[in-house]
Amino acid sequence: MSKKILMAEQINTNSYKANLEIFSETLQRLAAGDKDIIAVTSDSRGSGKLVPFGQKFPEQMVEVGIAEQNLVGVAAGLASCGKKVFAVSPACFLTARALEQIKNDVAYSDNPVNVIGISAGVSYGALGSTHHSLHDYAALRAINNLMVLAPADNWETEKAIELAAASDKPVYLRFGKKPMPPLKENNDDVFAFGKGRVICEGGDVAIIATGEAVYPALEAARKLKEENINATVISMHTIKPLDTALLASIAGKCKAIVTAEEHSVYGGLGEACASYLIQNGHHNKFKIIGIPDEYTVTGSQTEIMDHYGISGTGIADTVIELLKQ
Amino acid sequence: MTTKELKQRSVNYRKKILKYIKIANAGHTGGSLSCIDILNVLYNKVLNVSPENFSSAHRDRYIQSKGHCVEALFVVLADKGFFPEEDLNTLCKYRSHYIGHPTKKVKGVEQNTGALGHGLPIATGTALAAKMDKKDFKVYTLMGDGEMPEGSNWEAALSAAHYKLDNLCAIVDKNGLQITASTADVMGTDPLDKKWEAFGWAVKEVNGNDVDELLAAFNSLPFEKGKPSVIIAHTTKGKGVSYMENQLKWHHGVPNNDEYELAQKELDLSLTEITD
Repeated sequence: MSKKILMAEQINTNSYKANLEIFSETLQRLAAGDKDIIAVTSDSRGSGKLVPFGQKFPEQMVEVGIAEQNLVGVAAGLASCGKKVFAVSPACFLTARALEQIKNDVAYSDNPVNVIGISAGVSYGALGSTHHSLHDYAALRAINNLMVLAPADNWETEKAIELAAASDKPVYLRFGKKPMPPLKENNDDVFAFGKGRVICEGGDVAIIATGEAVYPALEAARKLKEENINATVISMHTIKPLDTALLASIAGKCKAIVTAEEHSVYGGLGEACASYLIQNGHHNKFKIIGIPDEYTVTGSQTEIMDHYGISGTGIADTVIELLKQ
Repeated sequence: MTTKELKQRSVNYRKKILKYIKIANAGHTGGSLSCIDILNVLYNKVLNVSPENFSSAHRDRYIQSKGHCVEALFVVLADKGFFPEEDLNTLCKYRSHYIGHPTKKVKGVEQNTGALGHGLPIATGTALAAKMDKKDFKVYTLMGDGEMPEGSNWEAALSAAHYKLDNLCAIVDKNGLQITASTADVMGTDPLDKKWEAFGWAVKEVNGNDVDELLAAFNSLPFEKGKPSVIIAHTTKGKGVSYMENQLKWHHGVPNNDEYELAQKELDLSLTEITD
């Protein structure tokens, strides 16, 4: 293992920032040098950590009120005139209520809007299913001409926003609001859309995760090490287009593959990986960890994720069970 | 272009709409005939849009929200030289770009539309971009009265008024019919003028099949400084072909050979009756 894995015990998560905050900071940095950077919000500047953006760049912020369909339509119109638009709204509303606008006005019409789903997954925890987005990967993966990303840590977030601002293609990015530790202490990785990031390497199992599920995957790798199980951990920040070359490579090296995501087990990262692997002759032991198709248990984000095994312990236990099969 | 020539164009556009719907054996006949005078006036008298300036950031923008009436748009774009008219022989054919709704793969089309209630939000964002950049182009969107119940329209209507987008003009092709029945029976939206006014828009009502009235309305934009404008264009669905006018079956009906010949004869006759 070339990189030292950060241990959970070493980390005081309070000293880290949420990816959402990094999104806002990065956007402010970019906006300072480029008046075409525009944030469009639906009464969501507070939850999007964009209050300072609005104060510093009032001419570069468009408020549409609580109207997600119009948010995306207006963003598409702005983007068609060369604006570098970030359409920001809670992922739960943005990717359900405005799905047709994302499909038609952004993706089909090829208006390069950056669709930003904030407080994604079960970030809103006890606010319940109206506020959870467990469908967004599935819904958006099925839309042509749209990249789907869930950066895992602050570094991935910053790089993803920089690339999105420069991209002439539509992108969906989702962020949670939990402080996220860095996945690597010494990071010399190159970030690119569609290229998974290898966090650590081991030959027994590969844990492929995305978004806020990557750090638990890393914690699982540490726990597995204590059981003499060596894990590869991949941050598959780009769910579409999927890094199939990386998948093929790890399928050849690892006995088993486990995926983890803060999303329904239907239609997300896990099924995307399974689809590729099965259709390309890879028959590793395989398990998808995510939110099952049921009324989601109530609780905080952490409690919900722990309940469904999207945690260091939960992922490690799943790996151990899978390897026994 | 004289008024007489403009009126002649409307009739000739109608003839071509029917021609290509007949060849394709598909199309939205009644609505294309109701809105063609609006497109005629826009493309021949109002819009600063041409094949030569279509990549210019300063061109006017026309976004057709009622995308199903694409035959009207394609016929006008061909006439304006955006593509050879013969291309329309492939309308709705396998692998043709000329599909049953506007697509940017056809030169001259600004946005891919077809799902209703999408034109106005995009037009609003486009008009907002013009204001931000202090560009003087105007943005037009053609909507159907049947799509008025789409909530996204009213979200956009609020925001266009909020941002004082007096460079934005919506046109409602109020032909009074939609696929199921009359718009009044399907979902009443009258009084439509009061609704737009209440949402902060400046409203004018015109006979949308009268090029003079349309031109006068477009020439007086914005109707009120600091407000977006809406033209409620009262039209006749199937306009110009006697047996199609106000008949529900021609929403997307395709004429048989006899009906087609009759329609072309009627339109030829009306060409001879045009006065200044």
